[in-house]
Amino acid sequence: MSIDLSQFFEVFFEESFEGLDTMEAELLNLVPGEEDLETINTIFRAAHSIKGGSGTFGFSSVSDFTHVLETLLDQIRQGERTLTTEHVNLLLKAVDCLRSLLAGLQAEQEPDLTEADTLRAQFEEVLGINSTTQESNIQTSDNQSDSDTYQIDFKPHHHLFKTGNEPLIMISELEQLGELDTTVFYDEVPEITNLSSDECFLHWRFFLNTSHGESAIKEVFEWVEDDADITIELCGGLFTDELPTPENDSSTVAQEPLIQEPVPKQAEQAKPIKPTSANTNKKSTTPESTSIRVGIDKVDSLINMVGELVITQAMLNQLSEQDITPATITALQEGLAQLAHNTRDLQENVMRIRMLPINFVFSRFPRLVRDIAQKLNKQVELKLIGEQTELDKTVMEKISDPMVHLVRNSLDHGLETVEKRLQAGKDPVGTVTLNAFHQGGNIVIEIMDDGQGLNTKKIQEKAIANGLISADNHLSNEEINELIFMPGFSTMDEVSDLSGRGVGMDVVKRNIQSLNGSVEVTSAPGVGSTFTIRLPLTLAILDGQLVKVAQHTYIIPLISIVESLQIDIAKVSRVGKNLDVLRLRDEYIPILRLYDIFNHDNAIESLDKTLLVVVETDNQKVGLLVDDLLSQQQVVIKSLEANYQKVDGISGATILGDGRVSLIVDISGLIKLSGLKKPGSQELSIESQAALEAL
Amino acid sequence: MISELNLQQQKGVKQFLTFIMADEEYGVDILTVQEIRSWEEITVLPNAPEFVKGVINLRGTIVPIIDLRLRFGLPSIEYGPLTVVIVVKIEFEHDSKIIGITVDAVSEVYSISEQDAKAVPSISETNNDDYVAGLVNVGEKMVALIDLQKTMNI
Repeated sequence: MSIDLSQFFEVFFEESFEGLDTMEAELLNLVPGEEDLETINTIFRAAHSIKGGSGTFGFSSVSDFTHVLETLLDQIRQGERTLTTEHVNLLLKAVDCLRSLLAGLQAEQEPDLTEADTLRAQFEEVLGINSTTQESNIQTSDNQSDSDTYQIDFKPHHHLFKTGNEPLIMISELEQLGELDTTVFYDEVPEITNLSSDECFLHWRFFLNTSHGESAIKEVFEWVEDDADITIELCGGLFTDELPTPENDSSTVAQEPLIQEPVPKQAEQAKPIKPTSANTNKKSTTPESTSIRVGIDKVDSLINMVGELVITQAMLNQLSEQDITPATITALQEGLAQLAHNTRDLQENVMRIRMLPINFVFSRFPRLVRDIAQKLNKQVELKLIGEQTELDKTVMEKISDPMVHLVRNSLDHGLETVEKRLQAGKDPVGTVTLNAFHQGGNIVIEIMDDGQGLNTKKIQEKAIANGLISADNHLSNEEINELIFMPGFSTMDEVSDLSGRGVGMDVVKRNIQSLNGSVEVTSAPGVGSTFTIRLPLTLAILDGQLVKVAQHTYIIPLISIVESLQIDIAKVSRVGKNLDVLRLRDEYIPILRLYDIFNHDNAIESLDKTLLVVVETDNQKVGLLVDDLLSQQQVVIKSLEANYQKVDGISGATILGDGRVSLIVDISGLIKLSGLKKPGSQELSIESQAALEAL
Repeated sequence: MISELNLQQQKGVKQFLTFIMADEEYGVDILTVQEIRSWEEITVLPNAPEFVKGVINLRGTIVPIIDLRLRFGLPSIEYGPLTVVIVVKIEFEHDSKIIGITVDAVSEVYSISEQDAKAVPSISETNNDDYVAGLVNVGEKMVALIDLQKTMNI
């Protein structure tokens, strides 16, 4: 019976990517000279299972590559080799390479082996000449189809069968490799009274004449390595007994020059390797995994809740069959309250299933920070706080790129070089802190650095030069700092490899806004800057304020509402043809008439009978004129595009308690629709000047 | 019964649901029809074209409602008790959309052989014939078969 292995591919890929993540995390924990054996073991185990899995599924490119990496790890584990920084760097590159290989396989593309081959050559160099000669030996023997005879002693431990392995299969596999001569030894078989049928007492000696080389034989016994004594010796070949000795010798001899030698090499190779690893990052993020792992406790609590729901439903059923008396009505009301409670619990718990700790995003940063710090020659310590804060999976997938950008910026622009830090009397090691926590219905992610802070003066000069603001502006420092989120803004005099092209921050901001979130920056010169990202916990549910416009009900996302107020007519002035501006404390708030923008008739038009909902987006405050405020409630977001198309000024729809459809207002789309210019642009500053004069 | 059905398929016979609009009879492929509903309260979409009446909640899905009279440039009428919404599923190139169309009244189901459908004479200057895939005579009456993809390509 043959099993279709492809059904397990997805699981294999998922586990392998997890394994690679583990390897990466543990590798970063490794400090050469004081390495922890357990850490190395963890890395080794991860590599081993990737190798095993890929071997099983026939992904030889992956298993062959993992093999060399595993060999190195094994030697370190056995204490035959001491760990150096070079090894760690090489292993990290190997992790990247494996990731791209696996991503390629997952996307069913032909893997690009050039990088793997280069790395493999490096590994083999580190491992000593021996392995290369051995490899080439095999290859030549492959090419010339010279066959060698191996003597294989295979002595399984008694418990072999219990691990699910079957010697017969291995023997038949050996047979396929070449001419096989088998001798069975049954000297250990006990008397029949002591014989246990599920233990293996036999052992074998094979003489195999094969052209496939030793690695092919090892592969046969791959899964039983730990459950059997296996010796494979080449007999009649060129080096019968010398084989094990040069391996040890060359490794110890080769080690000393190697420590110094690869360093300049590394520098040379840094350039060609960098773009490929950037590619791998992209590649590995493209296949969005469609399954999530859910803790069994979450599933259990769901089952409990469904149980309660069933009980409540049965109770209500029973009540409905009784005659209606005041007593049954009270019971019915209680039952309905119970049902509402159950539903809410169920909803919360179903949402929790989609929640994952933000660690999934944070975990990639130690590596990133390490690489960038090395490249920039800065000393950086990364602090992670609140890694267990939970976040919706879809939000998580989309937040990771903007975060990478912000962290890169902090390292590149924020933190000073060691010399500058020493001059400023700071600790030479800069700190970047990632902090995540819940606040209200939002998750807040802070990216803090203790660097030089934003250069307000430079930003202002640049903004004036770019025509983003006028020269005689009266912007506060905070407002100037916000300018870095404008499109096409970069203060870096030199465009560096990492950042400074000015295409970054506005994209970051847009990405975050597309998740209904916001980003802001606070900065103090010489002390550091903090970027604060605020995101809704989930994309599927939103806290909304229901408002009435004419006879229609709209929903304004609660997160963007600053305040709601009755308009003081005395403070309203008309600017231009049909824009009203309200002076609210020290700000001028343009009033957008929702009924006008949405083209609804029969709305209340006079300002003193309506309400103004002040909302903020893009650091721009506008007031939305509505007839009335209704309730606040959580709404489930439904797509309009699924069956229709995008509607300007509307981000989606939802279904209210009475079954009616209500539309959710998209604030930035609305501002665009109203034709209002963004603050900071020339047009509005003229308008606000006019407004000032008018008052 | 089954053999009869097979026979029908072999001959290229399709079933069409017909409906009345301004005293004319129109037909749509019955396989695209999901359900027929009565007219109900809908939510208006801001700044939508006139023939897009709004959206309804169809068991949790948001479904737009198109007034076919307005789409065809016919004069609109008050919606009455006979006004129905035919919910159709239209296959587009990349996806499929569920859309409701309002018509005056639903009429009959006819089996029509595809060969019987005649091309629309291109004499009129209006765009309407774009939406009509063919004309068929059923007894004394003439039925215009609607090309839903073209009609709903908003």
